[in-house]
Amino acid sequence: MAEQKDILEEHIFSEYKYGFTSDIDTETAPPGLNEDIVRFISAKKNEPEWMLEYRLKAFRHWKTMEEPRHWPHLKYPEINFQNIIYYAAPKQKATLNSLDEVDPELLATFEKLGISLEEQKRLTGVQSNIAIDAVIDSVSVKTTFKEVLAEKGIIFCSFSEAVQEHPELVKKYMGSVVPYTDNFYSALNSAVFSDGSFCYIPKGVRCPMELSTYFRINTSGTGQFERTLIIADEHAYVSYLEGCTAPMRDENQLHAAVVEIVSHKNAEVKYSTVQNWYPGDKNGKGGVYNFVTKRGICLEENSKISWTQVETGSAITWKYPSVILKGDNSVGEFYSVAVTNNFQQADTGTKMTHIGKNTRSTIISKGISAGQSNNSYRGLVRINKGAKNARNFSQCDSLLMGSKCGAHTFPYIEIKDKSAVVEHEATTSKIGEDQIFYCNQRGIDTEKAIGLIVNGYCKEVFNQLPMEFAVEAQKLLAVSLEGSVG
Amino acid sequence: MNEMLSIKNLRAGIEGKEIIKGFNLEVKAGEVHAIMGPNGSGKSTLSNVLAGREDYIVSGGEVLFNRKNLLELSPEDRAREGLFLAFQYPVEIPGVSNINFLKTAINEIRAYKGLAPMEAKDFLKLVKEKQALVELQGSLANRSVNEGFSGGEKKRNEIFQMAMLEPTLAILDETDSGLDIDALRIVANGVNKLRSANRSFVVITHYQRLLDYIVPDFVHVLYDGKIVKSGTKELALELEEKGYDWIKKELVEA
Ligand SMILES: Nc1ncnc2c1ncn2[C@@H]1O[C@H](COP(=O)(O)OP(=O)(O)OP(=O)(O)O)[C@@H](O)[C@H]1O
Ligand SMILES: [Mg+2]
Repeated sequence: MAEQKDILEEHIFSEYKYGFTSDIDTETAPPGLNEDIVRFISAKKNEPEWMLEYRLKAFRHWKTMEEPRHWPHLKYPEINFQNIIYYAAPKQKATLNSLDEVDPELLATFEKLGISLEEQKRLTGVQSNIAIDAVIDSVSVKTTFKEVLAEKGIIFCSFSEAVQEHPELVKKYMGSVVPYTDNFYSALNSAVFSDGSFCYIPKGVRCPMELSTYFRINTSGTGQFERTLIIADEHAYVSYLEGCTAPMRDENQLHAAVVEIVSHKNAEVKYSTVQNWYPGDKNGKGGVYNFVTKRGICLEENSKISWTQVETGSAITWKYPSVILKGDNSVGEFYSVAVTNNFQQADTGTKMTHIGKNTRSTIISKGISAGQSNNSYRGLVRINKGAKNARNFSQCDSLLMGSKCGAHTFPYIEIKDKSAVVEHEATTSKIGEDQIFYCNQRGIDTEKAIGLIVNGYCKEVFNQLPMEFAVEAQKLLAVSLEGSVG
Repeated sequence: MNEMLSIKNLRAGIEGKEIIKGFNLEVKAGEVHAIMGPNGSGKSTLSNVLAGREDYIVSGGEVLFNRKNLLELSPEDRAREGLFLAFQYPVEIPGVSNINFLKTAINEIRAYKGLAPMEAKDFLKLVKEKQALVELQGSLANRSVNEGFSGGEKKRNEIFQMAMLEPTLAILDETDSGLDIDALRIVANGVNKLRSANRSFVVITHYQRLLDYIVPDFVHVLYDGKIVKSGTKELALELEEKGYDWIKKELVEA
């Protein structure tokens, strides 16, 4: 598997083949957004006409829209969309004589990815391993294990590549779950997205390994707008992981991604995220603004989509992974842990829209607030007319650490069919001094005690994550809450 | 000599209210002391102060535990030094398995002593052995700490934890209340098996029945924050028979 690493390095250090033509040698677009920038991005990526047209339509629509500032429980200064750089590829010199010439920050990034590759090496020979698509500053650097996957007919590649190589699939599914008209950020993303992952699992195939994407923002002042599209054809199964990191920066950075999932008859998609964008410092300076639209559709009968998210990063999180349960007997799940500390703000939850008969959805949300942060759950369960015997169970728990933070729950329920059974449970608790003292009395210090208690509290969600991710998530949680009590 | 715990003129309170008002007690290694006393006399407060609960403010006196100044140690260090408190009201920690909890505790205590974490198989062996000692069902050990346990199960779990952590001084705060007759005997047997020349117990109870099983070396009566009478096992019998009024009367007369 050393080969995998070589491939990654090769693509990081060498010229990008995607979208770089001789007449466009700039690697970073000038700040601001207008039709020219949209054309610039499309040209950089050597896109076919239909793709450019799509972007332009989205851009024109975006200009007519207003930023959703009022309904989310979030406070932040106005974003000047003309100050953002909408396209940035990692800079590289024509030739590199040694590693010393590489930006150390970038190297650190590779090291991070390298660790994942080491992991892959270690896992070689074991049945389950992970294929990675690495997206740095909106550009997909390399997708690993492509050949192995190709043998099964699985397509796992960068979005740009899919536009070139599988235009019929992209045309068919892109925007079918999250149209650019959906909301302000989905329109923006549709106009300027630079890359992301594409994944197609053909009929009857169980993807033999976890598919994973690592997103990373590097260059300052850039926005990151990735697009992910996952399609599981009939009787297919895939488990997909998404990891996010960004370096510490004083200014706020914008991240507005779109993820679409299509699950066909008897198919299942599990989508897990560990989101660790830079949350800003202790005083609330800097951090990523994370405005993400994630939605899946259970298109036909007996299909299933399950979202699991562990949100520890970002200055602001605005995110509602949702499922449209169209097919009869389809199942939607949402498992979420959202941690906010210091001055972080999160407004996150899900929408479950029941259309088909006997559709079922489960929502388990665990919010943890510390410091002076604000953590809101916002969820909509909607049972359409004709969605006979639809069922939903929602459980929204909030855990408060300290007295300066806030937890809020906004559950919306719309029932149009009388046969529906919808259950909602909510609890708010403070991390107990009693619990901490109990742990202390058994020899466990407060920091460790909080780790234990919080991990216990989130167990139902962590249980949904693949093993490696669960371990990472537990560590992240401990780090995020460091110094939040006592 | 082999002094384990020495409390001299301890004064402590909570929220500006003094509850422990000049408390003295000497416990030697291997001894079992019972503390009895009416509701609200300060028994649980004393346990919490000794275990180092932050809300309680010590305003005077000194406490030596194995010759160390106990009051200077953090609660976790007191535990690591061998002090164990079986709580009157054990708390629930949802999602954290008993086993994981105890493994963390044991390894923290070991780390304090400069020892490597316990091997998984040794740990499991220990769990089996101690479970048998307090006749705790296997399923309880695997469940979340005290979550959904009945009152009696919680108390039994405290004794299981005590057995696992092998403290040098164990304070049992009304571990007998809420136990049925069989459970009482099992818990008492567990404690008796753990009695040894270098382990001491402070047993807080309202009922002399427990002391039929765990026979104490001394019995003390705590009243209004201090010990007003000390004696042997017979004192407990006398209290059972006469209640506390005669002691109160004695105090007024004195
Ligand atoms: N947090 C607190 N705030 C105010 N008063 C308290 C607090 N905790 C304990 N007290 C008071 O201190 C006194 C002693 O309480 P403590 O729990 O120590 O009694 P006890 O001897 O253990 O009683 P019991 O036999 O009922 O368990 C009581 O009057 C109680 O109300
Ligand atoms: Mg008490």
